[in-house]
Amino acid sequence: MKIFVTVKRVPDPNAAIKVKPDGSGIVTDNLKYVVNPFDEIAIEEALRLKDKGGGAEVVLVSIGAKVASEQLRTGLAMGADRAILVLAEQELDSLAAARIFHKLVNDEKVDLVLMGKQAIDDDANQTGQMLAALLGWPQATFASKVESLDSEAEKQGVPGIVLADGKAKVIREVDGGLETLELPLPAVVTVDLRLNTPRYASLPGIMKARKKELKEIPIDSLGIDVKPRLKVIKLDPPPKRQAGRKVGSVQELVQVLHNEAKVI
Amino acid sequence: MGNVLVFAEHQHHKFTKTTLVAVTAGKDAAAKSGGECYAAVLGKGVDDLANEIAEYGAKKVFVVDDAALEHYTADAHAAVLAQLMKDKGIETLVATATAVGKDLLPRVAALLGAGMASEVVSFNADGTMSRPMYAGNAVATVAIEGTQKVVSVRATAFDPAAKGGKGEPEKVSASIDDAATRTRFVSFNEIKSDRPVLTEARIVISGGRALKSGENFKTVLEPLVDAMGAAMGASRAAVDAGFVPNDLQVGQTGKVVAPELYIAVGISGAIQHLAGMKDSKIIVAINKDEEAPIFQVADYGLVADLFKAVPEMKDEVEKLKH
Repeated sequence: MKIFVTVKRVPDPNAAIKVKPDGSGIVTDNLKYVVNPFDEIAIEEALRLKDKGGGAEVVLVSIGAKVASEQLRTGLAMGADRAILVLAEQELDSLAAARIFHKLVNDEKVDLVLMGKQAIDDDANQTGQMLAALLGWPQATFASKVESLDSEAEKQGVPGIVLADGKAKVIREVDGGLETLELPLPAVVTVDLRLNTPRYASLPGIMKARKKELKEIPIDSLGIDVKPRLKVIKLDPPPKRQAGRKVGSVQELVQVLHNEAKVI
Repeated sequence: MGNVLVFAEHQHHKFTKTTLVAVTAGKDAAAKSGGECYAAVLGKGVDDLANEIAEYGAKKVFVVDDAALEHYTADAHAAVLAQLMKDKGIETLVATATAVGKDLLPRVAALLGAGMASEVVSFNADGTMSRPMYAGNAVATVAIEGTQKVVSVRATAFDPAAKGGKGEPEKVSASIDDAATRTRFVSFNEIKSDRPVLTEARIVISGGRALKSGENFKTVLEPLVDAMGAAMGASRAAVDAGFVPNDLQVGQTGKVVAPELYIAVGISGAIQHLAGMKDSKIIVAINKDEEAPIFQVADYGLVADLFKAVPEMKDEVEKLKH
């Protein structure tokens, strides 16, 4: 069993993001970068499948500048076995990323690809579905589980995705409820917030991670078309919402909503 | 001349408001590219649905009726839509970014080798589109290059289409091969609620971590929600704490809402939460911390202990009704 987990280096979700005055991007000075939070959940799920299911190899894959190796090291410190970084300085769209992952998956015999449902920088929510299409594999997006993140099963590190008989059973968060799908492996699964709470890297984990394999592949050596089909022309700050006013009491609030805003 | 195809999503043999939003967006995109707007209905026994959606102004409605499409799965639906796009020479596929739209459209895009823009909020006259990035901290102007395009639109950014015009349903047979039907639908557990759907409600009342427990959502917040005929939402912090299920989450990684009235109760106003509600018409914040960032976007702020203010508000709202 081999599980690929994709890892994207993104700005810290708690950082205040500002658009550059010329609209060419965001201000990156002093910006802290982290593993995309959804990808952390994907790593955790892969490690649980490995721990409970017996002997999977968990391989992290990322695309980006050399600094993205920091995020791969974080994943290795959590417990992944090895990592691959496709070195790319240019802007890539989701389709280009999917094409790169497609090539990497085809080069190794992969049974399951786990990915975050979206990256919190471009918020596109596309790459997993695109990769599944290119591979011709079934997909399940927004993997979740019935048990809460406070449950006993969660405390014991039970995976939400069930692998058995060459199939993956996945519970998905969809509009109005939870859907259960069964996919024959190999398959692509993207994960949602409620699937698990990712572990922290332990100190021994961090020490071990330094010695784990992190292979770098220049993007040009892959020989695939990575010209972006989606071009970001410019960024603007969002329209500012004016702060309104404070009201003194509940009575006043209900009165203004009724008489002034006329919404109740 | 670029023609546009709207994927007309249906659930339990019904269209929702979000489908009519996609029709509006599709007509808008077609108007800007000088093409026609078509719609596609996929499923089993969906002729009546095709006739229904034909009344909202799509020039033609392609109907693909096949047993393999009875339950939505991404692989079969994507294969059919990609084929339809090719056979009918369609330039742009449009759907609303619902759970199905998000799941389906990127798969179609990759089958076509097309670029995709997600959660588009406007089609601009020059052929570009606008979409939020970085949890709504930036609005990007984007363009899709190539002969075909795939676009998901944000449900709150377009009005639902009104009736008008009579499109012509056209049966299209699909060849769905085995490779596209490997996903097996097992079950759907509906979360039942008598309240309005979160993304469609006129009033949304959301609770945050300050509510302290799931029990307090029930005993403190819900009576106000029901007194106002509102939908209930929650911040990610409240969801992460296990107070309420994730399908109530409003924010970057949850639902995006834009009701006429949004009331944030005990929510500090993290960037991720604001991304999901800042386009609401009127925003009210109730929070005991007067420095909470939520007050910077609120039209009306009340600095108060929610455990006192919320039951009081329920009483005041009920008085209004009499």
